[in-house]
Order: sequence, then structure tokens, then C-alpha cells
Amino acid sequence: MKIKNFILPILIVSFGLISCGGGNNSNPKDMANKAASGDNSEGIIGAGSTFVNPLFSKMFSVYNKEKGIQVNYQSIGSGGGIKQLENKIVDFGASDNPLSDEQLQQAPSPIVHIPDCLGAVTIAYNLPDNPTLKFTPDVLSDIYLGTLTKWNDPRIQQLNPGVKLPDLQISVVHRSDGSGTTYIFSDYLSKVSDTWKSKVGKGQSLNWPAGLGGKGNEGVAGLIKQTPGGIGYVELAYAIQNKMAVASLKNKSGNFVAPTLASTSASANVTIPDDMRVSITDTDAPGGYPICSFSYILLYKDLYYNIKSEAKAKNVVNLVSWIIQDGQQYSEALDYAKLPESVVKKSLGIIHGLTYNNKPLQ
Amino acid sequence: MIGAFSFKIKGIHFREKAFKKSLAISALVAVVILLAIFFTLLINSLPSIKAFGAGFFYQTTWDPVSNKFGALPFLVGTLLTSFLALVISTPFSIAVALFLGEYYKKGIVAEIFKNIIDLLAGIPSVIYGFWGLFVLVPLVRELEMKLHVAPYGVGIFTSSVILAIMILPYSVSLSRQVISMAPSHLKEAAYSLGATRWEVISKVIIPYTKSGLFAGLLLALGRALGETMAVTMLIGNTHSLPTGIFSPGNTMASVIANEFNEATGQVYTSALIEMGLFLFVVATIINIIGKQVIKRFTLE
Repeated sequence: MKIKNFILPILIVSFGLISCGGGNNSNPKDMANKAASGDNSEGIIGAGSTFVNPLFSKMFSVYNKEKGIQVNYQSIGSGGGIKQLENKIVDFGASDNPLSDEQLQQAPSPIVHIPDCLGAVTIAYNLPDNPTLKFTPDVLSDIYLGTLTKWNDPRIQQLNPGVKLPDLQISVVHRSDGSGTTYIFSDYLSKVSDTWKSKVGKGQSLNWPAGLGGKGNEGVAGLIKQTPGGIGYVELAYAIQNKMAVASLKNKSGNFVAPTLASTSASANVTIPDDMRVSITDTDAPGGYPICSFSYILLYKDLYYNIKSEAKAKNVVNLVSWIIQDGQQYSEALDYAKLPESVVKKSLGIIHGLTYNNKPLQ
Repeated sequence: MIGAFSFKIKGIHFREKAFKKSLAISALVAVVILLAIFFTLLINSLPSIKAFGAGFFYQTTWDPVSNKFGALPFLVGTLLTSFLALVISTPFSIAVALFLGEYYKKGIVAEIFKNIIDLLAGIPSVIYGFWGLFVLVPLVRELEMKLHVAPYGVGIFTSSVILAIMILPYSVSLSRQVISMAPSHLKEAAYSLGATRWEVISKVIIPYTKSGLFAGLLLALGRALGETMAVTMLIGNTHSLPTGIFSPGNTMASVIANEFNEATGQVYTSALIEMGLFLFVVATIINIIGKQVIKRFTLE
């Protein structure tokens, strides 16, 4: 056979394959996500944040035992969770940061935020004998801007009078993968430093002015451990589980606060807007650790939009209200901070307002 | 009788045809998928191509926050690590190929060596990454301290060394084959004129096989360009232009692997896909050149 006879049909079929990706899924990532999610008409399907995945796994296995309802959660990252919710592939999404005003406007139907737990970002380092250090916001932001480069700099020494700091280069480490942890950290730095805000800004991936990148919490922790004089940020749960030396940070009220589950919960004791979309970094709470954030469950306000049976919508709503009440007892054992009472109360109000085809669900 | 016979013939014909058809379809599917990948990448990278044009390849700022994307640092990082890896691995790959293709063609030793080198190709790249992180990085850091450069440990050089080990089996397997194919009448003629083994290797075997050796290196280079996981773990992942072989950097493949999952916004996703498209094209071109060189070699 001649090659000529092949070329045209091949081209036609190729274009056919590409156009399969049209419609809702404007890029191949959605297609991959769609393929991964499969069809599950029985249980509840959720997708999103990798950060809450260990907690959700525990909660959902307990929930399955108690109520006999299966929840299938896919930790594909917050961005993916939001996209899958918008494409009506999942029943609920989970994200480490609230949706922006722009994202909310673009959403096909109104979306509500329900906090499920609190996370914190700790500053870990590698110095001889690993002393407990104190940092102020300006010192931290200058380290990450690359302008403060020595551990024995008078500005750091002054904050830590009892500690003998070595004459060592500060090796800055950040996340190389796009991550909610980076978002929270850069959100904090943008609040405390104008230079950071104008030069770098906040986001899941940044144009870092200094330092090396490690993939995931373990990548960052690995680089810190290996580099004498290394400093980096990792999730609180990861730092606790790996017994890493972490710094106390000076919060807005002037107190030096160590990152713990209690100080993380405390950081949410502030006035929270009705839609729960709030950044609690650089918190006003006097005992609160300043780099904390809510992790959210995302639902459509009218569940009819993505869930095709009222019974299932009820199941989803029951699940979410279980997560923020009874489910909270599993948080601390897994090193997640519990939601404060005030937040739970407010969230229950939002859940109460959920509807199915304009009829109230509860 | 005659009817049954012709029926049998028909049946054979039918089976022959069906077999041939199914072969043709399978072959076509592979081609179609390749083209579909290419066009998918092309279409999805259009927003970025429109937004940045050629600037994508010479701008040095990669800033997802303000949606500015220039891929030059990653381009440089990819080329630096790949070619450096090639430079490091070439002497070893030719030496190993001579050893296995000329000195020890047969026997237990040769078999063991061949298998071990093939095994190198089968080790998952994340394991190379781990090994690099725990063994190579501290060694490189000590070297850097002696050379008085910033002792990061990770960086272009470390990644290149790992890549050199990873691509070794690819160039060795082809080089070994072409070396063992060097015609024995030429070699024997040289020996009969009193040539030493070294002279036979340097004056007969290498000149005779050089295009095959070159093709092996090209295929290895193609492999190095796309390697992702091990490089991501060892290169330091900084978005700035590398200033030397010891400085940290980033490659196109590792940026895609790092950022694609959480990339939001059309332009950002599209910029990452455009980088994938470029990688795809470069790897394809290198493979085609490699194949052409091999073809010419086998025709000779």
C-alpha cells in the first residue's frame, strides 16, 4: 500500500481524538481528572485538597462504619477539586484557599464555603543543636527576599539573645510544586511586607526571589535536613510528625507564638465574614499563630445543580455537618487543628441555608 | 470435495486478510495517538503562543502570580543538564561498549555485565533521585566547598551526573551492537599488518562505527532531555537563569511536573503545555536524526 493512502485517514482520526476533548473540558487535565473519577452513583464523591486527605480518609472510614455511606475522596489538589466541582463531576470539592471574587463570579451556580479544619505553616531550619528560634515578620520576609543572608546577622541575634548563632549562610528552601502551603505562606508575607507584596505577591507557585525548591513537604524537609543553615516552610502536621525544630513567630499583638494545634485553633478566634471566605494569616487573635488558614469544603448553594437526587443531596449535607461536628474529634490525633466553636456555629447556619431545587434541605 | 476445498481456501484467505488488517490497524493506532498528542499540545498551547509569541523562548521571568511566562531559564537548564550528562557519560559508554563488543563478546562475564547495564535502564527514576539525594548531593557539596562555590549540593552538575548514569544503558546497547558488527576481515587485515589491539580499535573499529556510536549518543540525549523525576529531586528548582554548572536551575520537564497540578488560569496552563510541546518537538527531531544516522550506517 502507498503511504499516501494512509496520511489523510490518520489526520482525520487524530483530529477526531482531539475534538473529543472539546465541550466542558477545555484542557487535557480535566480529561484526565474525568477519567480518574469514574462513575459512582452510589456513594458520595469529593475531590480536591491533598492537605486534608489524611484527615478525610480517617473521617470517611469512620463515617462509613457508623452510617453505612461510602465517601470516595480523591486528593488531586485544590485547583483540580474546584474544576471538578464546576464541571459537576463531584458532589463536593475541597480547597485550601477560598475562591476569589472572580472565581465565584465565574462559577456556574453560587458556591458556599464550609471550613473543615485548620492548618498552619511552620518555619523549620537546620542549625547546630537546633535551638528554638524567634522570628519577626520583617526578618522572615527579608530572609525570603534574599536580603538577609547570614544566620549571625545582628537582627536575628537580637531576637534570640541566649542562642549562639553561627557564621553561616542562610539557605532558603521553598516548595517547587504548586501548593496551598505556598499560598498560605505567601499570603502571610504579602500582609506583613509591602516589598514582598509588590515584588512577589501570593499564589500557589511564585517567582521566588531566592532559594532552592523542594517537591512536597518531604522535599523541602529533605533539603533543610541536608543543608547546614537551611530554612524552609512545611505544614504543621508534617513538622510535628517528623519532630522538626520550628520557630516562634511574632504575631500582630506582639506575642511570640510557637506553632501548635492550640495556637492554630486560636488564630481562628476572630470575626469571620458570613461567607467564611477569610484569610486568617497575620491574625488579630492575641494567642494565635500568624501563618494559619482554613481548609474548606465547597458545595453548591443549591445542590440540585450537580446532584441529581434529593436523597443523595441530603446525604451530602449530613456528611458535611457531621465533619464539622462529630468528625472534629479525629483532627488532633492526626495533627490537624480543630475548628473553634464560633466557626462551627456559623458553618451550621450556612449548611441550614442549603437548598435542593429551591426547597430547603434541613 | 471441490466445494469444501475452495471453502477452505476462502477461509485461509479470510484469515490472512483479517490478520493483515488487524496488524495494519494496530500500527495505525500508534501513529494516530502520536499525532493526536502533538495536535492536542499544539491546540492547548495556542493561548500562550498568542500571548507571548517568540518571547516565550527568550524572556527570563516565570511569574505565575502576574501571568508572565518566559521559559529561557528552563530551556537553558534542560540543554545544560542533557549535554553535560552526555559529555560525562560518553567516555564510559564507549569504554563499556568496546569492552563488551570487542574484548568480551561472549562468556559469563560478558553476560553478567550486559545484564547489569540493561538493569540500569530498568531502575525507576525516583530511585535514582533518592540515591542522588542521599549519596551524590553530600559528595557534590564537599566538592563545591573545596572549589569555593556556594555549597548547595543540588544543582545542574548533580543532575547531570545522575542523568549520565541513567542514559548510559541506552548508548551502550547500540554502541555495543555496532562495535561487534565491525567486519572481522578489516580487523584481521589490520592485525596481519602488525597492528596492536589499540591501533585496531582506534584506527579501524572506531572510524568504521563512528556514525553508529553517534546515533547511540543521540538516542541517549533524547532520553536525557525528557527525564523528569530524578532531575526534579536534584536540580534545586529555581526559576532564575543558571550562572554556572554548580548553580541550581530547572528543566522544562521538571517545571511541568511541579506546577501543572495546581496551575490555575488558562494562560498559565497553556504556557506549561507550550513547554511540553517544545520538549516533544525537540525529542522527536533528535530521535529522527538518530534513526537517520543509524539507517545510513546500516546501508554502508
